[in-house]
Amino acid sequence: MTAPLLSIRDLHLRMSSFDGRAHVLNGINLTVNRGEIWGLVGESGCGKSLTGLSVSRLQPTPPAHYTAGEILLEGQDLLKLSPSQMQRLRGKRIGMIFQDPTTNLNPAFRIGEQLVDVALAAADRDPEVIGCAPNAGRRECRQAARKLAGEMLTRVGIPNALARLDDYPHQFSGGMRQRVLIAMALIGRPDLLIADEPTTALDVSVQAQILELIKNSVKDFDMGVVLITHNLGVVAQTCSHVAVMYAGNIVESGPVAAVIGNPVHPYTRALMSAIPTRETRRGELRGLAGSVPNLITPPPGCRFAPRCQFAQPACTTAMPAPVSVGDNHAAACIRVNEMEALVDD
Amino acid sequence: MTEIMLEIDNVSKIYPGRRGIFGTSPEVHALKNVSLSVRKGESFGLVGESGSGKTTLTRSILHLETPTSGSIRVQGQDLGKLSEAELRRLRSRVQIVFQDPYASLNPRMSVYDIVTEPLVIHHETLGLTNRQRSDRAAELLSLVGMGSQHLHRYPHEFSGGQRQRICIARALASGPELLLLDEPTSALDVSVQAQVLNLLCELQDRLGLTYFFISHDLAVVRYLCDRVALINRGEIVEQGDCAQIFDAPKSEYARMLIGAMPEVKVPA
Ligand SMILES: Nc1ncnc2c1ncn2[C@@H]1O[C@H](COP(=O)(O)OP(=O)(O)OP(=O)(O)O)[C@@H](O)[C@H]1O
Ligand SMILES: Nc1ncnc2c1ncn2[C@@H]1O[C@H](COP(=O)(O)OP(=O)(O)O)[C@@H](O)[C@H]1O
Ligand code: SF4
Ligand SMILES: [Mg+2]
Ligand SMILES: [Mg+2]
Repeated sequence: MTAPLLSIRDLHLRMSSFDGRAHVLNGINLTVNRGEIWGLVGESGCGKSLTGLSVSRLQPTPPAHYTAGEILLEGQDLLKLSPSQMQRLRGKRIGMIFQDPTTNLNPAFRIGEQLVDVALAAADRDPEVIGCAPNAGRRECRQAARKLAGEMLTRVGIPNALARLDDYPHQFSGGMRQRVLIAMALIGRPDLLIADEPTTALDVSVQAQILELIKNSVKDFDMGVVLITHNLGVVAQTCSHVAVMYAGNIVESGPVAAVIGNPVHPYTRALMSAIPTRETRRGELRGLAGSVPNLITPPPGCRFAPRCQFAQPACTTAMPAPVSVGDNHAAACIRVNEMEALVDD
Repeated sequence: MTEIMLEIDNVSKIYPGRRGIFGTSPEVHALKNVSLSVRKGESFGLVGESGSGKTTLTRSILHLETPTSGSIRVQGQDLGKLSEAELRRLRSRVQIVFQDPYASLNPRMSVYDIVTEPLVIHHETLGLTNRQRSDRAAELLSLVGMGSQHLHRYPHEFSGGQRQRICIARALASGPELLLLDEPTSALDVSVQAQVLNLLCELQDRLGLTYFFISHDLAVVRYLCDRVALINRGEIVEQGDCAQIFDAPKSEYARMLIGAMPEVKVPA
């Protein structure tokens, strides 16, 4: 049996800050296979980005401390790699789209050059990427990489792409720069793509186009994807699986059809009912009151308890373990089995 | 008869082409013969893709842009024909809330300074004393569900939803009748978005406000708005009652947008 593409096991992350140590990831378990697109959803501050940054090892230590767990990429623990080994994996095996400035475009270099550099670096591992023979000369490789860069820009919907390869980033609008970043993440044909809110700043039709592009790339290159978003609509449209995060835990996970079609965790249900639908009457949107707790002194037991309408004294005694509620569908709530009866009234 | 709050009459806006070091750029027809009217007390939605002209239209309503042709009337007053003084008075009645609550608050101003700034700007029209301004600041914060303990804090101490509440409080300060909302919830979490949408509904009921609401998010528009117009490349392609457009869109463009709209619903 081959190891899964990505397997995060019992990952615990503490963050030191001025106010103390925050328990920001509290035993994350997540397995992503090739061909799967996992949506990671939850309110802001729940640990979605830190999960993504941990996989790409872009979270500096300190302030981060990994106190337990492992992050396995086809069996290899990324937490044990040296910075230079990790550097080699990024861009080749792990592609990333972050809104974080550390991975933004370099304003001093032309768009085309930046894409070509990433493609050439990836071609060191696999010359297939740019479609060059292994013994091809540097010149020939550069030309092939440039051709590929033009194709990728076209694929992400930049009109007149070849002519724009010689532009500098400031000549592109915000939405176009985001598409360039996506092209850059995909050009090396990574095995795993981590995309943190890749379409949040874009409008619905460009968003639909980018999500389609990610879906097609999964098929074409047999990648696995972790798509971080706070938009459940995006998850429903794009993902095969979803993990719902709350305050540093995955509280519900499984195939999209199961989780969205039959959400059992009170947090998942609350998130979904905050989205207006056809039937929602004006003024009757059921917001989710309160906010994500402070993670320096998190509430005892179930961290959702202070906001949960079904909380009981037993909820605060211990952190609920995930309970299987169906094929590959699990939820971490001690009352999952009562949920059907509870929501009926 | 229903009173008309805002009337856009055959408005076009052409940005002239420019000759620069990177070659010439052609002129841009940002708005083409746009006509619509917003009734007093209703929520009117404007939906369109990026670059379709929504912000240009909003800026024209605020008189920050002058249309190339056509006219804009607020409660019957033609913006193009008003004197500076009349415009200033009108501006206190039309306010805007922007998309990004992080970018639109000055980090060096306290909440008190932020929400009272419009009172200072419109001093001439409103004529409040310092004492009245302080009272008004506290009242505004309580309107948006915050308290006077927040008055002397700075924007970085607040969450996205709280910042958007502060932006709304600032917009309400001068007692406007028409609020332009340019994607006020698209930078927020769904849970916070729900709170802000509920707040907007409540404020409208209490204060009788008229909303001109811009969004890419059709679900939000359907929820909040009575009527909607769809804009594509500077042209209005369809407008009418929300229910009618969502249930029986006539144009290809409306069908495309509604088709791209994901539905997520908690099963009963
Ligand atoms: N000052 C300007 N000079 C030249 N062209 C402009 C100017 N401002 C806007 N435009 C152009 O006018 C068109 C409409 O722009 P506008 O900002 O109104 O779009 P929008 O619908 O608000 O888009 P978004 O959803 O991205 O905010 C675009 O093609 C834009 O590039
Ligand atoms: N550099 C940091 N130092 C201290 N705490 C941090 C840092 N980055 C994030 N956090 C905290 O970790 C938690 C999770 O953050 P994040 O992963 O960014 O959330 P999300 O992406 O779900 O919005 C939050 O409580 C946040 O305040
Ligand atoms: S364990 Fe208790 S508090 Fe936590 S989600 Fe379930 S019912 Fe709510
Ligand atoms: Mg994040
Ligand atoms: Mg705009």
